[in-house]
Amino acid sequence: MIETKSERHILSILVENQPGVLARVAGLFSGRGFNIESLCVAETTDPLVSRMTLMTDGDMGVLEQIKKQLNKLVNVLKVIDFAGAGFVQREMALIKVRARPENRAEILRMVDIFRCRIVDVGTECYTVEMTGDEGKISAFLSLLKPMGIKEIARTGALALAREKNGGQM
Amino acid sequence: MRELTGSEILLETLKQEGVDTIFGYPGAAVIDIYDRLVKTDIKHILTRHEQGAVHAADGYARASGKVGVCLVTSGPGATNTVTGIATAYADSIPIVVFTGQVPRTLIGNDAFQEVDIVGITRPCTKHNYLVMDIADLTRVIKEAFHLAKSGRPGPVLVDLPKDIMSMKGRYDPGKDIKLRSYQPTYNPHLKQLAKVVTLIKGAKRPMIMAGGGVILSKASGELRKFAKKIVAPVTATLMGLGCFPPEDHLWLGMIGMHGTYRANMSTGACDLLIAIGVRFDDRVTGKTDAFASQAKIVHIDIDPTSIRKNVPVTIPVVGDCGLTLGILNELLEKEDLNGIRKLREPWLDKIEGWKNTKPLAYEQGEKIKPQHVIETLYRLTGGRAIVATEVGQNQMWAAQYYHVDRPNAFITSGGLGCMGFGLPAAIGAQIARPDSLVVDIAGDGSIQMNIQEMATAVQYKLPVKVVILNNRYLGMVRQWQELFYDRCYACTHMDYAPDFVKLAEAYGAVGLRATKPDEVERVLEKGLALDGPVLMDFHVEPEENVYPMVPAGAPITEMLLV
Repeated sequence: MIETKSERHILSILVENQPGVLARVAGLFSGRGFNIESLCVAETTDPLVSRMTLMTDGDMGVLEQIKKQLNKLVNVLKVIDFAGAGFVQREMALIKVRARPENRAEILRMVDIFRCRIVDVGTECYTVEMTGDEGKISAFLSLLKPMGIKEIARTGALALAREKNGGQM
Repeated sequence: MRELTGSEILLETLKQEGVDTIFGYPGAAVIDIYDRLVKTDIKHILTRHEQGAVHAADGYARASGKVGVCLVTSGPGATNTVTGIATAYADSIPIVVFTGQVPRTLIGNDAFQEVDIVGITRPCTKHNYLVMDIADLTRVIKEAFHLAKSGRPGPVLVDLPKDIMSMKGRYDPGKDIKLRSYQPTYNPHLKQLAKVVTLIKGAKRPMIMAGGGVILSKASGELRKFAKKIVAPVTATLMGLGCFPPEDHLWLGMIGMHGTYRANMSTGACDLLIAIGVRFDDRVTGKTDAFASQAKIVHIDIDPTSIRKNVPVTIPVVGDCGLTLGILNELLEKEDLNGIRKLREPWLDKIEGWKNTKPLAYEQGEKIKPQHVIETLYRLTGGRAIVATEVGQNQMWAAQYYHVDRPNAFITSGGLGCMGFGLPAAIGAQIARPDSLVVDIAGDGSIQMNIQEMATAVQYKLPVKVVILNNRYLGMVRQWQELFYDRCYACTHMDYAPDFVKLAEAYGAVGLRATKPDEVERVLEKGLALDGPVLMDFHVEPEENVYPMVPAGAPITEMLLV
């Protein structure tokens, strides 16, 4: 295929909520050499259907194959590619940061500026809950880094298409 | 609604699906099924290895166009099917494989003869199932058959825990399948076809490349009409052989790594390539950048993932090959194609020139030439045999010199290239077509991979004829070593081989041998005339090569010739 520029895409994949479906999707990516940057799976309002939100990258040809191959899986109901469409993207992270007495005020200020929350306080650590897009999370992490990040847990990207007539938030 | 055991529900549903033959091998986890199976009219063929059972079901499917069915036990029985399943998957062959599983309470416990066969076969089946509730059993079996034979066909596996097979449940034969998102596209987009017609009318050097999809969709008749109508020469991939009559002046021969000179040269020179039911395998395209580089490409296939996977396409058409060709033929009916033959003349002349300067050829020598064996077989059988092949040089010579003229008559492992496929597949084909002459063209290497199935052929009185081109080498690998690895024949010399004649006799079959060129015809005549299974051992020129040959990764117009 003609090489084109690699792009990052977020795919929303509606699948039948059955055992083994995640393995089919994950196996498709590993078996065909496609990349998964992040993956989130949970039930939708219909208990028989789950939504997988998957971040991947590749050139146009690769992305076309990814979408076609996903659609070919019997348990996959629908594949939505958010590229080119308006969508809302959020990720949540829990960050355990070292909170020495001299840093505590600074951490609290940053938590305030980034509109995060402290959800657990220990003698030496704060656990911060934050949501945002990728840029916001990485900006926050780089500010916390000098103080010492002990642990981090991230959900990976979640996304939904914007309503057609909806305004920007 | 009746109460039946799981085994009875399985067998009832198989009958509803029209299954008349099962290829299989019993074991503890499927003992309940076998206990009921022998009390039905379904014929069971006991192979000598589970791999043989799957290949036989596959050969049955290829020769009959129906779904092949296979039944094996859990654990090693199940893992032995994997190579056969992958073979069917690579060539899109409709089979359903039933595997036994340990009782549900033991699943996940590393129980005796337990493997996660659904996990193991996920990437080499079209779909697979583990049945965990007897209420799902009928639906799952129906879905398995529907999936195997519809759209782009393929193998489906159903894993059956032992306790479900012995317990009772309600049997509802009318149970509907529910596949919410599985809807193969059979009908092509008419706007796309209109564009195809325009391209055809303007093309000076069109050609058609037909593949296994044409055989699977039973489209050979429409293809023949189409080619004549648009006056375009036709090549076929290995999987497409039999879709076009070899004596027709539009026939180019096979394309690809061991394709004919004129087919490969035409691909390089054509200005329109109409690819039907193919997937542009690397053995067909050679270097993809150079493949059909002057041509606009029309690609017709039922599987959207095949389109634009390996080569860029001008007009993609997703649809059933047979339906699409039928509609194209109707559309062309309304067109004025009178001038078309005139327009194509220089192109056809050019191809005729290629055909005459570089025909398929070999030189006779003191030893038997393998090509000579196949040519003689072709002549003696009048081209009417169903030919199964093993994999390697034997397969390529069979493709080049046995000019199959009908679909479903050339049975070969194209995509996976699975040695050991031919004999069990020939057995399956013989069951499907009891009145046909079935010949397995083999090498001395590959025949030994499933030679145990000779016992199956003898037990069921299947008159399969095996032609061994015995060169004491793993010939195709040796050929690569000769041409590209300085003749370092690393581990390809089979210094010791059994006496195939005695081996045939030990199995209760007939064994024959030819060691000189003038014995070839007599041995073939004698072997083909016998009623039962016959194994014919031809001691051929050990270092004969398959030509033409396109080195891997080279453009297909750059061939090594004799």
